[in-house]
Amino acid sequence: MTSDYDIAVIGGGLVGTAIAYGLAKAGQRVALLDEDDRARRASVANFSLIWVQTKGLGMPEYADWSRGAADLWPQFRDEIAALTEIDLAFTRPGGFHLCLSDAEVEARSSHLSRINAQPGMTPLPYEILGHNAVREMLPDIGPEVVGASYCPLDGQCNSMRLFWGLHTAFYRSGGHYRSRHRVQSLAARDGGFIATTESGAISAGKVVIAAGNDSRRLGAMVGIDAQVRPQRGQVLVTERMKPFLHYPTITVRQADEGSVMLGDAIEEGDTSLAVGTDVLAKMADRARRMFPGLANVNVVRTWAAQRVMTRDGCPIYDESRSHPGAFVANCHSGVTLAPRHALTLAPLIAGSHVAAELPAFGTERFDVSTVY
Amino acid sequence: MFRRFTDREQSNVTILVDGRPIVAKATDSVAAAMFAAGIAACRTTAVEDRPRGPYCMMGVCFDCLAVVDGIGSRQGCMTRVRDGMVVETQKGRREIGR
Repeated sequence: MTSDYDIAVIGGGLVGTAIAYGLAKAGQRVALLDEDDRARRASVANFSLIWVQTKGLGMPEYADWSRGAADLWPQFRDEIAALTEIDLAFTRPGGFHLCLSDAEVEARSSHLSRINAQPGMTPLPYEILGHNAVREMLPDIGPEVVGASYCPLDGQCNSMRLFWGLHTAFYRSGGHYRSRHRVQSLAARDGGFIATTESGAISAGKVVIAAGNDSRRLGAMVGIDAQVRPQRGQVLVTERMKPFLHYPTITVRQADEGSVMLGDAIEEGDTSLAVGTDVLAKMADRARRMFPGLANVNVVRTWAAQRVMTRDGCPIYDESRSHPGAFVANCHSGVTLAPRHALTLAPLIAGSHVAAELPAFGTERFDVSTVY
Repeated sequence: MFRRFTDREQSNVTILVDGRPIVAKATDSVAAAMFAAGIAACRTTAVEDRPRGPYCMMGVCFDCLAVVDGIGSRQGCMTRVRDGMVVETQKGRREIGR
């Protein structure tokens, strides 16, 4: 039997679309199977950061993977611009993690030194800065900012345009986007796979599960144990401001078009999408202490979303042992890793080299009986 | 374009709009006082810097934003004038700290 497509990618968020674009660019016939606009997209929780300085404790390979992604961003930005005329507004001035107490500074310092002390780690460049040094770069900080970590590898982009750019690049590379194609079941057939969707069946030689928090359900159908859980986050967005914040911080950043985004919440065990004023008030209060000039600024939007979180916080990339040709890709850093997914992971999927080339990211690391 | 009802007795106040004294009625909103003085644009837009003025006059459209007594993005139609009030047209995006 001839399949409709070489590869079907399940999930039209940042992760799935980046992979689908990379596969289409590599000459594969690709279908991108997506839900509709009501999908509970994990991408909605993104903060537009290209972030290196918090990644990789417990897995140096993830630190290198993230750092390499950030290094690929300029080339990726140029590639998307050439193909789509969409400017991803990528900048890489370095990023701050602001601290409001000595204990927070100590925790940052400890976290970063533990990352760099790992065997096999390419040390991250970073500095722990006191209030005055931070103020030279961020003149609007308040007196409660005790210090910060600064890493020159960090950057930011416009993630709405990243999403638009990836979809446009996928389309212009010959890919087929299929909305209202929520996959109900996935099964092996005739050496390939058949995905039964709400809008009919699609057959493909390979399948990539990049369905965020729905990946565990889909993975189980093809022998993949994708252990992910939803982790709630909330975002506040202010009215547009004249540029004042020239470096991203991990909880407060100014978008290229002027809005200030505040995102400082990690909530476990709450699967709703309702915003909560208790959490939002704490986020706003921390932002006001970091930048007192924000105190009177109007908030124009707020929302909640569910991130995709693996058990160790690092991505899962793997191919099914029982159903070769079925792949999984899950992570919570779809913005940072977009160039990696399009330029590195997609060719490995096309060549079926994921498990061989990226062994650290396999699902077996969560199997208690596995020694590695 | 705009004219006042003449049958209402009201005291006058003076406000400054971009440094220019404007005589207003004590019950005017900032937006109404600016209209009455012939000032149609109270701000320029955040992205393309185009002129905008009050539209709905009832707190909904947020087109009447202005800098009032040093604080940006105040709704002119929801803010009553006060003698000596200092109003500035808001040029593009708001600045941090004001």
